[in-house]
Amino acid sequence: MPVVKAVTCPVCGSLCDDIELTIENGRIVKVKNGCAMCEAKFLGYCGEHRVLKPMIRKNGELVKTTLKEAVRRAAEILAEANYPVLYGWSNTSCEAISVGIELAEEVGGVIDNTSVVCHGPSILSIQDVGIPSCTLGQIRHRADLIVYWGSNPWSAHPRHIERYTAFSEGRFEKSAWRSYVNKVKALVGRKKIQSAIKRLFFKKPVPVPPPVSEYKPYPSITKEGRKLIVIDVRRTKSAEIADYFVQVEPNKDYELLQAFRALIRDQELEVDKVAGVPVEYLEEVADAMVSCDFGALFFGLGLTMSSGKLRNIDAALSLVRDLNMRTKFVIMPMRGHFNVTGANTVFTWQTGYPYAVDFSLGYPRYNPGETSVVDVLLRKESDAALIVASDPVSNFPRKAAEHLVENPLIVIDPHMNVTAQMADVLIPSAFVGIEASGTAYRMDHVPIPLKKVVNPPRGILPDEEILRRILAEVRRIKKKMGEAA
Amino acid sequence: MEEKPKLKVTLLTGRTIEQGAGKERGKSSKEYVESVSVCYIDPEDMKKLGVKDGTNIQVSTAFGSVVVKAKKSLRAPHPGVVFIPYGLWANVVVDPETHGIGMPSFKGIPATVEPAPDKPVLGLEELLKTVFRKG
Repeated sequence: MPVVKAVTCPVCGSLCDDIELTIENGRIVKVKNGCAMCEAKFLGYCGEHRVLKPMIRKNGELVKTTLKEAVRRAAEILAEANYPVLYGWSNTSCEAISVGIELAEEVGGVIDNTSVVCHGPSILSIQDVGIPSCTLGQIRHRADLIVYWGSNPWSAHPRHIERYTAFSEGRFEKSAWRSYVNKVKALVGRKKIQSAIKRLFFKKPVPVPPPVSEYKPYPSITKEGRKLIVIDVRRTKSAEIADYFVQVEPNKDYELLQAFRALIRDQELEVDKVAGVPVEYLEEVADAMVSCDFGALFFGLGLTMSSGKLRNIDAALSLVRDLNMRTKFVIMPMRGHFNVTGANTVFTWQTGYPYAVDFSLGYPRYNPGETSVVDVLLRKESDAALIVASDPVSNFPRKAAEHLVENPLIVIDPHMNVTAQMADVLIPSAFVGIEASGTAYRMDHVPIPLKKVVNPPRGILPDEEILRRILAEVRRIKKKMGEAA
Repeated sequence: MEEKPKLKVTLLTGRTIEQGAGKERGKSSKEYVESVSVCYIDPEDMKKLGVKDGTNIQVSTAFGSVVVKAKKSLRAPHPGVVFIPYGLWANVVVDPETHGIGMPSFKGIPATVEPAPDKPVLGLEELLKTVFRKG
């Protein structure tokens, strides 16, 4: 059975490029090195949820049609619309995104990518404050302190810790997995002893351990090697393996970030607790941050979606700037979809702006809050939509999704997802990174090629080709309309 | 009649590994639907509400309400905080306010939780029909 090595995983922004796939009769039958999400994608891509024929809604039902007819109908909808939205783009290749932007310009619509509901606020803050960053490779080899803030890599980026941060074996920094294994063993041992006591002295109250943030600090300050700090509202799986876990109250990240900034500047806080965390503990953590040689702060949607949104990121970027006065520190957003960074990059090349670009005046305009897709939908301004490689009906707040499904909806997606079920025109596409090649950008802005490992089902084209055909048809219709006028 | 216990909480939404793997299998797969139609609650809060693991509960915010299954949180203690993984069930109740920057408020939403053993957790098709009257 042929084995394809060094395949890039098209799931999250980590873009692990060491996946090995075993192919049998044109199907992937075994995945090596992948996480749970990676395995689910490579083994389930051709399952029962796959759409194999283009469909059009007739009398309220989706019925099968030809690709030519579906492309013609999609082009008609877009050409006739006054203010269509073209949304998604983070789960496809840079090449397809590039054609999508051309199409948005042609139809005078709003084009937006999924960063608007993930790291849009981070981009706005980076435009204001700037970002000291580097590649994941540098972090792997050099970072001796890792901070995850408002992010749970164990669930969202399962191999991030192993490949790039605390558990990775770098040239100058050793993997810290052995010390974590010992720590976990000790924790399990403690739990076993507790349950034994519980069994022996049935019904006698067992001492309840204090909340994690009130534990005596783990003696990490003297610990050799890499240290891991997790700051989150819940004690996630990632928090359990951390040297320090700071449990912040929901919506109070901004306060905590500013408290850290003050502590790093050697200022005293005249309160006992900040955001529910004792100041003494914060001082220990701030000491650990200042005393590292190379620190990296990764932040997730816990900061961008909570109260404060972009201001939280302002504070995080400023914290890293402050830390750089004392030591070397970098910061990086934890990007979710595999090519959301690529979407931002291609948008910026072609329009000057990373997301939420409005072509309705004939030139690109960018004003998140006004030209961002959720706001357009909430104001009920759009009159058609093209969704590519995304599922906004299940990911947008109900009010926004309601307007999206009221108008003609074109969906290009390999799977029958919630948005596809609502579509008026549904065009199935090939999976980029499995059935089509292309380029994607990792979360540190490193472009990585995606491989084609198997052939797509008969008659199924990649997103790029489908979009090219729609664009050509739109141009033909518009020319005809121009001639008629 | 005895009044049902109600709890004021802060609602968070986010990823879980089950949701992540489920979405890759297919949005209508059993694994995905079961991974996102649940609400993780602190065990102490479950006692206050008088609900057990698997009991149906109703989560309500100023933007809507949804019935999901209560699940004992393994990430406790987080009293007063409940967690629903990203998905259609969560998005029925999240705050659409973007504060002028395009990002809705998916985390830290004031909500109330109450037991709803008599109300069913709607499946994907039923929820789509109820919410959007299409599909």
